[in-house]
Amino acid sequence: MDMTKLTSTLLATTVLTCAAGAATAQDQLNALVWCDHMDPELIAPFEAEHNVTVNLREYEGTGAALALLDQSRPGDWDVLVIDGIDVFRAVDAGILAPIDAAQLPTADFFPEVVMEEVNTVDGVTYAVTEKFGYNTISYNAANVDPADMESLATVWSEKYDGRISIYDYYLPVMGLAAISQGIATADIGSDNLGAIGEVMGTMRSRAASVAGVVAAQTALATGEVDIVVGGGEWLTAVLAEEQPDLTWTIPAEGAVRWTQSIGVVEGTQQPDLALEFVKYIVSPEGQARLATSSCFWGMPANALAGDFLTDDQKAVLRWDDQPDYLALTQLYPAPDDALDADMQDMWLDTLSQ
Amino acid sequence: MTATGQRAQGWGFVAPALLWTFAFFIVPFIVMGAMSLATLDGRTLIWGLSFQNYAELAEKRFLWRAIIVSLEITLTVTVVSVVLAYPLAWIIAFNVPKRWQRLALLLAILPFWTSYVVRSYAWLLVLARDGVVNQTMLNLGLIAEPLTLANTRFATVTGFVHFFVMLLTLTIYANLVQLSPNYRRAAQDLGASAFQTFRHVILPLTLPGIVTGAFLTFVLCIGDYVTPQILGGNTELTVPQVIMVQLGRRADFPLAAALAIVLMGIVTVAYLAAARWLRLDRL
Repeated sequence: MDMTKLTSTLLATTVLTCAAGAATAQDQLNALVWCDHMDPELIAPFEAEHNVTVNLREYEGTGAALALLDQSRPGDWDVLVIDGIDVFRAVDAGILAPIDAAQLPTADFFPEVVMEEVNTVDGVTYAVTEKFGYNTISYNAANVDPADMESLATVWSEKYDGRISIYDYYLPVMGLAAISQGIATADIGSDNLGAIGEVMGTMRSRAASVAGVVAAQTALATGEVDIVVGGGEWLTAVLAEEQPDLTWTIPAEGAVRWTQSIGVVEGTQQPDLALEFVKYIVSPEGQARLATSSCFWGMPANALAGDFLTDDQKAVLRWDDQPDYLALTQLYPAPDDALDADMQDMWLDTLSQ
Repeated sequence: MTATGQRAQGWGFVAPALLWTFAFFIVPFIVMGAMSLATLDGRTLIWGLSFQNYAELAEKRFLWRAIIVSLEITLTVTVVSVVLAYPLAWIIAFNVPKRWQRLALLLAILPFWTSYVVRSYAWLLVLARDGVVNQTMLNLGLIAEPLTLANTRFATVTGFVHFFVMLLTLTIYANLVQLSPNYRRAAQDLGASAFQTFRHVILPLTLPGIVTGAFLTFVLCIGDYVTPQILGGNTELTVPQVIMVQLGRRADFPLAAALAIVLMGIVTVAYLAAARWLRLDRL
């Protein structure tokens, strides 16, 4: 091969490679998500319909996600899934882009989880609730008296000393401690942190462990503990088929409600595709798949998802009890930065006892 | 080649290593040091020369408590691992026939082949109330009720020791097989008992292998997050766990960096204490 031919071949190869790269770049959607979005059964239908590859990256903790986005270039990420109470933090940081609320089926949502006050800032919608559930009490009905689980006071009483695990996240657990003292999660402040701290101390003294999702599931499943404070359907639903005694309840005092939202990242190069992904996730079909994701189950925000869930799936999710549960539960505490720091310090201090 | 040319060639050979160290150790270390002197105002990072993060170490009980817990666990693991690894290395070096020694070493490091996280969860199941350990002791009539073994410091230390005994066995074995049998023969000719030979001849000569392995154990153990998180059940917090909490929700990189610098300080002290015997070339 002479030099001219070689040069032509290399040039052609380079052009074709660049073209292929460009084509590939147009067919990628990058989403920063929680583990429930990693389920191929959720993502594959969207990929097939839009002929795109959805690149998913899982993260834990809003701080970690915001730090990652801070270090990224505009356009690196298209979609963000975030704790509902942290939407305002992402908006403050300029990370979420406005989305057209008229294109979202929020009229079909359970009214309590539309939460405009969370997903909207100054009248502009930045995110939409996609899934919710409860941080409450999970337990093994074979080993504890279910009647005891109906009151937070008896859950962490001496009777269950050493039989308790606490979910390893301070906001919902401190929310439960507040609720047990008659303090609304929205009213948590520096003036009542002392009272919450006392409950945390009692709770901690009764606990055998403070565990993350997998460790808490393992502890319940192996009989290491019989109760998980801060647990809920997301903890026991995936175990229910094999161990039907593992269940959950919302005590009379109430419990904490978690929500997760989804939005489009500011600076995305493909806002239309990103919005299509959001619309798919909150569509009845997408919601049913998200609700029963292999990582963890949770209630879909869109009530029409019920049409795509089996009776067994709805039974595990306690579909018919949702009106009562929604009335009995309060949203996660949503502290400002100063209060958040104090709550985190109190949590670490409690763990160190 | 001229002297200048030889010097240039020498620098050429070490340049990649120097560049690597500069790019992946010196620069990150400077950034981390600078970060530890910054502060966080809400979510805004304010660069400066504030020692506020270090002052918090003294003010907040859970921070210095985490340092003490990390040190206690690390020292326990190091001592227990050395005590268990030395006889194992000795047996492989002196009691296992030469042709079987490679296989023995292979079997000794077999646990390294499985995932660290999977191994930790496996220990959690072994130590559970219904796990193998409790069931065996119950069946033997040694205990009437299952013991709480998982989610304790005992579990954390067990998980660590399982891992580090293998590491120490390798470093001590490498040291033992280099010893000439003449040392033992000479000591015995001079009337030393077996214990005196070990105490005054073998042990001092194998100290570099022990200290090298112990130092590596110390460094890896004090900075580990996985084992205490899975096996300790958060019943007490180590420094890496506290660092993770600072990063997870609030992204408090300045305080996390200050804690990381403290960890590096502790490792530096450990290095200086062990420097006399450290022989990293024995690895």
